Amino acid sequence: MKRNLNFIEASSLLEANETTSVELTKIYLDNIKEAEELNCFNTITAEHALDDAEKSDQRRQQGKLKSQFDGIPIGVKDLFCTKNIKTTASSKILSNFVPSYESAVTQKCIDAGLISLGKLNCDEFAMGSTNKTSYYGPVTNPWKSNKSDAKLVPGGSSGGSAAAVAADLCIASLGTDTGGSIRQPASFTGTVGLKPTYGRVSRWGIIAFASSLDQAGPITKTVEDAAALFEIIAGHDPKDSTSSIKENESFFDNLNSSVKGMKIGIPKEFKSDDLPASTQKAWDDCKKLLQNNGAELIDISLPHTMDALPTYYIIAPAEASSNLARYDGVKYGIREEGENLIEMYEKTRSVGFGDEVKRRILIGTYVLSSGYYDAYYIKAQKIRSLIKNDFNQAFEKVDAILTPSTPSTAFEIENEPNDPVQTYLNDIFTVPINLAGIPAISIPFANDENNLPIGLQLITNSFEEQKLLNIAKNVQDTANYESVPKNWWQK
Amino acid sequence: MINGWELVIGIEIHAQVKSKSKLFSSSSTEFGSGPNSQVSLVDAAMPGMLPVINKFCVEQAVRSGIGLNAKINNKSIFDRKNYFYQDLPQGYQISQFKDPIVGNGFIEIVSEGQSKKIGIERLHLEQDAGKSLHDQDPNLTFVDLNRSGIALMEIVSMPDMKSPDEAVEYVKKVRSILRYLDTCDGNMEQGSLRADVNVSVNKPGDDLGTRCEIKNLNSFKYIHSAIIYEAKRQIKLIESGENIIQETRLYNIDSGETRSMRSKEDAHDYRYFPDPDLLPLILEDDWVKKIRSSIPELPDQKKERFIREYSLSEYDSSVIVSDKSTSDYYEKVVKDRNPKLVTTWVTSELFSVLNKKNLSIDESPISPNHLGELIDNIDSGKISSRQAKDIFEEMCETGESANNIINEKGLSQISDEGELEKLVDNVISSNPENVEKYKNGKDKLFGFFVGEAMKLSKGKANPKVLNELLKSKLNT
Repeated sequence: MKRNLNFIEASSLLEANETTSVELTKIYLDNIKEAEELNCFNTITAEHALDDAEKSDQRRQQGKLKSQFDGIPIGVKDLFCTKNIKTTASSKILSNFVPSYESAVTQKCIDAGLISLGKLNCDEFAMGSTNKTSYYGPVTNPWKSNKSDAKLVPGGSSGGSAAAVAADLCIASLGTDTGGSIRQPASFTGTVGLKPTYGRVSRWGIIAFASSLDQAGPITKTVEDAAALFEIIAGHDPKDSTSSIKENESFFDNLNSSVKGMKIGIPKEFKSDDLPASTQKAWDDCKKLLQNNGAELIDISLPHTMDALPTYYIIAPAEASSNLARYDGVKYGIREEGENLIEMYEKTRSVGFGDEVKRRILIGTYVLSSGYYDAYYIKAQKIRSLIKNDFNQAFEKVDAILTPSTPSTAFEIENEPNDPVQTYLNDIFTVPINLAGIPAISIPFANDENNLPIGLQLITNSFEEQKLLNIAKNVQDTANYESVPKNWWQK
Repeated sequence: MINGWELVIGIEIHAQVKSKSKLFSSSSTEFGSGPNSQVSLVDAAMPGMLPVINKFCVEQAVRSGIGLNAKINNKSIFDRKNYFYQDLPQGYQISQFKDPIVGNGFIEIVSEGQSKKIGIERLHLEQDAGKSLHDQDPNLTFVDLNRSGIALMEIVSMPDMKSPDEAVEYVKKVRSILRYLDTCDGNMEQGSLRADVNVSVNKPGDDLGTRCEIKNLNSFKYIHSAIIYEAKRQIKLIESGENIIQETRLYNIDSGETRSMRSKEDAHDYRYFPDPDLLPLILEDDWVKKIRSSIPELPDQKKERFIREYSLSEYDSSVIVSDKSTSDYYEKVVKDRNPKLVTTWVTSELFSVLNKKNLSIDESPISPNHLGELIDNIDSGKISSRQAKDIFEEMCETGESANNIINEKGLSQISDEGELEKLVDNVISSNPENVEKYKNGKDKLFGFFVGEAMKLSKGKANPKVLNELLKSKLNT
């Protein structure tokens, strides 16, 4: 069978009875086994998956399909709570946690007949952009530079989700994006990553990092796949008070690739001399491509772009410091006994959390402390509304905004800078979008001089995912990026 | 005033919202169920769980705010109050800090016979924590999360109270209003209503003193004695040249003393910030208006109406309306009956029985219908007041209706003039000597004839008719 099937191809094969869900599932389980070295999965649920696949095949025989994508195997970031399946957030503190409930998003996937192959590695509590903060060790990017054999990071926090799709260990995957955690790894792995509008996708059952920024989305091989999986997981959920009551649309059926007459904004603040030449070239080529296809380019300004990163690194840790207070050794997760309650807390949390999580809890606790609250948290909230306002004004003039997804391509695992702020800079192009609550997509456009994928980011106004996907499809279809990593991990 | 010192008292009341389910989850709030039997995934703060506001609890808070004559805020915000404790599963309590659902208001209390306004600063909604059980095991603490997430209203007064009596009157009045509104059952023993009391002392004309807060007082008696103890403690300290340290104190119900729990310096930094899982709570004007129009008659209005309609004294009326159940009971009995008689029977006979047996009016052994029946018999003259008291006692013991007891024992009063005339004639003819003496001016003997006639009637003669008959017969 063809390598690297996408959602649409897989569903056509299933429909034509050229394969079965069980057969597909077995192939992907084999792929996963062969790719152990990449460390994409925290938990592989082979038996469970085969069982579900068999049921899907039965449904197909009986003509009782749950959806047109019934039987397609996917992977799930280990941040979504899955009933009776270990859910760890890649943290030691939850290394023994088995939820008794199914997250709203994964339930929707089950309801559509998708088959989960297992739980994908990620940065601990989704904090990171390298996937190196995981308690279960780093994920290796299936891509390698053509100049070196060094292992590269897949990006993060949804590093496992992106690497697994890129390495063809699943047909598509679920990730979450708080400051770029879907788009940055998608960019590093040559995959498509969609961060929906805040409130489009229920947060119920997703282990919280920063509640006002977290949003789940698909990582896929094509824009069509992204539309299909997004349509499955989106929709109002009364169990999530921040869930939008906007009705779900047929994103997949309504997909078209026309950009004629559309105005595409190019924000001057995203231009930088530090941008690698190949990234700059990809950005320029894409502008030309859109222009050739009938879109109009407009120079715009998002004046508070450079304030986004510090703002994000106040708001996200503040919320995280409170969200992670529940991991205290009392109710679930690991517990390190102490002489008294305080000692038990200290030992449990010292042992249970990794350095990056501790760093952010400390920052968050600090910025919320009395005496600092106004100077940091309140100020950050004010800047956040200025950033949102920048985008509001921009979208009065343009339909969408085009930027690079990341300031660089994938870098070496062993070569991460010692200063965490340097690592935080990976998110510089993605965090403003989360702060504004708007949707954005990263699509692979070209490879750099080292043959590593470069992702470009398209951004639209809130709830304009259809427009976003349409433009992305136009770019995808015209750019015709078809590069896949060499499967060096297969023995 | 104690020894020339003025007291300043402010009170925070924590009132459990009367609601079948919790503030942010659908778990039951029933009291006394088995440990951890009413805990949802949200209440236990399982990973990824999210709070969803219970509209009914919001309605109850608004209703309470209206009852406290307070401003209802169309926009309020839920904040997280962060601290670690074993019975606080989220690691934070969802509360309202800067923008509460209810703003300034006031209630009226009676102090030294005068009406006095006590200001309400705010009312906000918050979650209760769970309960730690320290006495189940020598080495372990157990946690029961049944209370976790139950909706509380924190009602904060202005520091307007000057004496322990006023403080108690204030809490009683708030409790009464909430019970009238049916927004809190007011059960202090079960902890549905408890008070934190802030006390400071100062010399008249001086600035306010440093205050101490006494936590978790759950009876009027404790509130009263804790304030007295605390004020005296502060006065003694100041008079011996020491300073009051601002702190939180606990009241020991056995010793009647307060002791330090934590000082201001040790106070938590709660790191309040708006809960990102919840949107600001926006109330539509029409919705609030609808609630406003459904507010029942409250104690102050009812008191005035009772005075007007039933000619009650100010005192009797306040006593009867202070408790909603009592006023309901009273109104059931007084309907189409003689108010004076009803008031007497409720406030003296019924109350004394309830007091003696330590029962609430809801547990009264005599139903309003039965008491009404008894009063009907008195009013129609079928039984005497003397008989009525005996019947009342028997009603208390047996729960029987007045009519049944009267019929069974043949207790109904003889008011028939013909029948009584025979008795009177009998008494006069059997006591010629005394008749003679009476006629010669020994008026005191009248009582003797009444007594004899009563004896003959086995106590059933209507005293009024009997008196008239005797008088007319003896004076001719």
